[in-house]
Amino acid sequence: MFIKEYISDIYHAVKSLLTGMKTTGGYFIRPGEIITQQYPENRADLNLSERFRGEVVMIHDENNEHACTGCTACELACPNATIKIITKFDVSPDGKKKKALDTFVYHLELCTMCNLCVEACPTDAIKMAQNFEHSVYDRSKLTKKLNQPGSKIREGVE
Amino acid sequence: MYTETQIVHNNTKTTVDGALDGTGEMVINVGPQHPATHGVLHLVITLNGETIKKLEPHLGYIHRSIEKMCESLSYRQFIYVTSRMDYLSSHINNHACALTVEKGLQLEIPPRAQVIRVLMDELTRIASHELWWGAMAMDLGAFTPFFYAFRERETITDIMEETCGARLTMNYMVPGGVMYDIHPNFQRRVKDFITLFKSKIDEYNDLVTGNIIFQNRMKGVGKLSAEDAISFGCTGPVARGSGVKSDIRKLFPYEVYDKVEFDEILETEGDSFARYMVRIREMHQSVRIIEQLIDNIPEGDFQAKTKAVLKLPKGEFYTRVETARGELGVYIVSEGGTTPYRIKFRSPGFSNLSALEHMVVGSKLGDLMATMGTLDLVIPDIDR
Repeated sequence: MFIKEYISDIYHAVKSLLTGMKTTGGYFIRPGEIITQQYPENRADLNLSERFRGEVVMIHDENNEHACTGCTACELACPNATIKIITKFDVSPDGKKKKALDTFVYHLELCTMCNLCVEACPTDAIKMAQNFEHSVYDRSKLTKKLNQPGSKIREGVE
Repeated sequence: MYTETQIVHNNTKTTVDGALDGTGEMVINVGPQHPATHGVLHLVITLNGETIKKLEPHLGYIHRSIEKMCESLSYRQFIYVTSRMDYLSSHINNHACALTVEKGLQLEIPPRAQVIRVLMDELTRIASHELWWGAMAMDLGAFTPFFYAFRERETITDIMEETCGARLTMNYMVPGGVMYDIHPNFQRRVKDFITLFKSKIDEYNDLVTGNIIFQNRMKGVGKLSAEDAISFGCTGPVARGSGVKSDIRKLFPYEVYDKVEFDEILETEGDSFARYMVRIREMHQSVRIIEQLIDNIPEGDFQAKTKAVLKLPKGEFYTRVETARGELGVYIVSEGGTTPYRIKFRSPGFSNLSALEHMVVGSKLGDLMATMGTLDLVIPDIDR
């Protein structure tokens, strides 16, 4: 009886090990099922979803105009003080003063890509871009100015 | 300040003293930098030969004072921080916070948002259990299962990336619903995943569950009785492995969990293998929930209309949800302002870790990893 149990134990042990080895060995002879991606060799055909949150950018159209009114809704919505908006006063030809965006400072090093600023923006002036390769040699390069030089607010955006 | 030599000197002295008093006990440190603790957990273990006499977890290496941070953030902003607590079930953490805020605001959630939330929760649960399965096998010395687990988990993170915009810290649940509507590809890709997952789960069982070496190392190790599980406050698969009914989805149903059919998995042995089997079988139940809901997402809004600035009325609010590790409770004390007066998270990992000493004292050092692996500890969840 003891010998029968002993042999049966060995049989089941070897069988369980062979079952596992069959699984791993199966992939060894089916290289078509390998799913490893070779980054950065495949950078050219990387497909990132359009919703992927990589960094905050400001949308500029072909006339170098944006939709940011400098209302600071994004600055208030940000949990990490990533955004700092500096405003100025534009003087229109008839002498009226109007608040406008001077500099949109974006601290990428503080940003956690939570998307709350984009949700808060009433004029859809900012969006999340797909660029995820942010490494630089100097930390100061991570502080960005999002409005392009010479850009101004689009007509009709309040 | 200690210099490096002083620390070495002190350590030597303790060991020599310990050996001199005749007990033959030795103190060793597992962690905070140790591959099997999955993070910065520090266990001070007193050994007699190879037998564990005493085990003392030292916490706080990744304490970021998340509870205190939340006190200075508004009710919309504090949710993103909670993704960083139990980062493997970040959706469920966000869900718990959103539910508490909605309870305070007495907000009605659109049915579409409820179903999307439950779908995301269950996908997160599968992803979390798969990572645990791979890491668990790696603790015991098997390297291949880790890659197999990540292969299927990758499909889920891809689905998350497409719909939520991020792979790990999604911040997708907002008070009132979800941040965006689901991606047009979402339903098709989830169905593809379920087909893939069902074909691969047998592979998991062939490779690890049925393996005789694995079974011998897991069975009868790290026993926890039902009474002890209750007295240590264990929840989730750890409690269910000991036969304690603790599934919040069944006991206190939230969202649409009372409308879907699924079983609460219970194993009665209370050893490491029972906890392992609970998680493996839970993945099947999560697939069952997803299958019932994926074709029945109701039309309508994905987010309820809320005010720009949320203010909770004066009072105390508590909700609990079932994360992949157990019960997560969120307790908010509000003074009526825009930020919480106090936030407390009741995290599952902390209570489950407290039972570890009871489970391993008297067993061999090698069994520690087999026991700790099945607790599925995420250290930021314990330290917060």
